[in-house]
Amino acid sequence: MKICVTAQGPTLEAPIDPRFGRCANFIFIDPDTMKFEAIPNPGSMASGGAGIQASQFIVDRGANVVLTGHVGPNAYNALNAGGVTVYVGISGSVSDAVNQFKAGSLQSVSSPTAPAHMGMGGGRGRGRGQGRGRGS
Amino acid sequence: MIISIASGKGGTGKTSLAVNLALSLPGQIQLLDCDVDEPNVHTLLSMKNEQVKPVYTLVPEIDEQKCNQSKNCVNFCPNHAIFVGKKGINFFPELCYGCGGCILSCPNQAIKEGKRQLGVTHRGVANHGVEVVYGNLNIGEPLAVPVIKAVKEQASPNNEVTVIIDCPPGVSCPMVESVHGSDYCVLVTEPTPFGLHDLQLAVDTIRQLKIPIGVVVNRSGIGDRQVYSYCKSEQIPILLEIPHSRKIAELFAEGIPFVTKMPEWKSQFETLFQMIQERYGR
Amino acid sequence: MKELVIVSGKGGTGKTTITAALAALAPNPLIADCDVDAPNLHLLLGPEIQSTEEFIEAKVAVINPELCTGCGACEVACKFDAISPSFQVDPIMCEGCGVCFISCPADAIEMHERLSGYIYASETNYGPMAHALLLAGESNSGKLVTRVRELASNLAKKHGRKLILIDGPPGIACAAISAITGASAGLVVTEPTVPAIHDLQRVLELFQHFNMPVMVLTNKADLNIQKAQEIEEYCHQKGIPVVGELNYDPIMYKAVVAGRPIVEYAPSNMLSKGLKAIWKKVEQQLDAFQEA
Repeated sequence: MKICVTAQGPTLEAPIDPRFGRCANFIFIDPDTMKFEAIPNPGSMASGGAGIQASQFIVDRGANVVLTGHVGPNAYNALNAGGVTVYVGISGSVSDAVNQFKAGSLQSVSSPTAPAHMGMGGGRGRGRGQGRGRGS
Repeated sequence: MIISIASGKGGTGKTSLAVNLALSLPGQIQLLDCDVDEPNVHTLLSMKNEQVKPVYTLVPEIDEQKCNQSKNCVNFCPNHAIFVGKKGINFFPELCYGCGGCILSCPNQAIKEGKRQLGVTHRGVANHGVEVVYGNLNIGEPLAVPVIKAVKEQASPNNEVTVIIDCPPGVSCPMVESVHGSDYCVLVTEPTPFGLHDLQLAVDTIRQLKIPIGVVVNRSGIGDRQVYSYCKSEQIPILLEIPHSRKIAELFAEGIPFVTKMPEWKSQFETLFQMIQERYGR
Repeated sequence: MKELVIVSGKGGTGKTTITAALAALAPNPLIADCDVDAPNLHLLLGPEIQSTEEFIEAKVAVINPELCTGCGACEVACKFDAISPSFQVDPIMCEGCGVCFISCPADAIEMHERLSGYIYASETNYGPMAHALLLAGESNSGKLVTRVRELASNLAKKHGRKLILIDGPPGIACAAISAITGASAGLVVTEPTVPAIHDLQRVLELFQHFNMPVMVLTNKADLNIQKAQEIEEYCHQKGIPVVGELNYDPIMYKAVVAGRPIVEYAPSNMLSKGLKAIWKKVEQQLDAFQEA
C-alpha cells in the first residue's frame, strides 16, 4: 500500500496542506515501514486543471490512498477513476494523519468537499474558417 | 466594408453606436453582435424571421477499448483536461479548448473528433431592413470565441453590404477575435480617467492587428479633456462626439435607438461613415 | 473568510465605482481587481505597488525558417488560424497549445514562454490590494483572474483580513466564471435599461448554475422608475435579495476624475448616504447567506 499525503513541507513533521491540486508537496508513504518520499507538486502553480493534474501525478506513482484537506469535483472524479480512496478534512502533521489512518479513525468520502473552481484559460476555441472570402 | 465597434471599458456605448449607425446608413447593412456573453443589439431592435443554429466546439471522443494507457494525451493536453486511470478515462470538457492535440498524440488512434455544443447563433431581419446576426453563449460556458467565430462566419460575402460588428468589451481574446479581419475599428470611449485608461489598452491591442482606428467620444461634457489630448498626441482622429444627455440615456433605458426619436442625428452618423469610407473604403 | 464578488453582466453599470465605495466603507477589507482586461479600480484607490510578479502562463510557437521545409503540416493541424500560408506564426492568434510542435516532421518549431501580464500586491488607504494587468493582445485572462484571487487570499491571510471584495469583469464567460466560482456570494450591479435587464437575467442564471448566493443593486434607478420596479419584482420572484437603489447623478463622473471613492469625494451626497445603507444590507446579507 502507498499513501499520499498533501503537505506544506517535505517532512513527516510538516503540517498537512489542505489544498489538494495546489498543495506544496506530495508525501508518498508506506504505512508499514513509514518510509517516505517527498516530491514537490509540479502543478502547485497551475491555474487550471490542477486537481486533475495532481490526481494523474499521484496515480501514476502508485498511490492507493490520499489524505488531504479538501478535494474539488474534478479531482474527486479523477481519483475515483484512478482507484484511489480519498480521506479529507485532515489536519495536523503528516505522521499524525498516517497514524490516524492506521488506527482506522478516518472516514473516506463519497463526494467532493470543495466547491468547483474553474481556473479556465481564455482559450480561443476551435477555429473553423480560414478568414473570410470576399470577392472584390 | 467591415467596421468593428469596440472599447476596452464596458458600457461606453458600443452597442448604441452600432445600432444607431446601422439604422442611419443607406444601402444594405448587416449588423453582427459578437458580444456573445451578453448580446444586446437585438434588445434594441425588433427581429423577424429568426433562424437559430447551434455552435459546437471540438472535443475528443475516446474509445477506452483502444486505449493502451500510453498517456500521451494526458502529457500533451495543455489544460489537463484528460485523466487516465486504472478504472477508466475521465475527460473534463469545461477545461478543453479544442486544440485537437490529444487526437494527434494518441499512438493507437483511440481518440477521434467529437463535438460539444457551446451556444447558438440567431439570424434575422430587424427594423429598416438591417440584417442582424447575434450569438448566445450557453450559461456556465467559459468558451466564447467559437461562438464569435460562428457569428462572423455569417458575414455577407458581398462587398456592397456594409458590415458593422458590435464587439465585446475588454482587450483579450473575445475582443481580438471580433475585431480581427475588419477594415476599420471605431473605439468608443467616455472622457473620464476610466475611459482614457481602457482606450489606451484598446489602442495598443488594435494596433497589433494593424487595423486603422478612429475614436467616438460618448457622453462628452462629463469628466475631463485627457482623452482628447491622448488622441491628439497619438494622431488618432476623433470621428464624432455624442454629448452627455439624459434624454439619450432614457431612450436607451426604454430600449429605443435614439436616432429614431432624434432624427437630426442621422446625418451625423452618415458623415461618420463617409469619413471612414473615404479614407479606408474599398 | 468571506469573498464578495461584484459583477454586472453588462459593462458600465457602475461596478467599479461601487466596489471602490464599498472598499472605503467596509471595515478592514482586502481588495482584488479581477477585471484584468480593463482594470480601473486602481484609478480610484491609488494603490502603492509593494511587489510585482510576472504572469507567464502561455506559450507561443516559433518556427525556425532554416529548418522549415514548408510542408504545411502545422498549418493544417492548427485549429486557431495562427499559422499563415507563408508559415509565419501570428502570436495574437496562437494559443500555445503545441499542436504544430508535435505535427512538424522537421522539428522546426519551438514553443517559447510568453509574458502575458503582471500581478501586483499593493497597499491602499483602504486595505491591501491584489490586481493585475494583461498585456495588449494576450489571452488567458481567466487564468490571470485565478492568480489574482490566489494572491488576494494569501494577502488576506497574511494581513488577517476576513473579507475580500472582488471587482469582477463584465460578461459571463471565462474571466467572469473564474472570478465568481468558489466565492461566498455575488453582488450584481444593474441598471434599469432594456439591455442591462437582459444581461442581469443571464448573470443571475450563471450564479444559479454554480449554485451560489447572489444579491442585486440597481444603479441609476431613476433613469426609468418603472424598469427599476420590474427588476425588483423579478428578483423578488426569484427569491434574490435587492440591497438597494442608487439614482443617476453625474457627480459619479466627478469622483472618477478626482480619483476618489464617491463616499469620500462627496460624503454628504445622497449617493454616499445610499451606499452606506447598502453596505449595511450587504453585510447582513453575507451573514444570512453564511448561516443558510
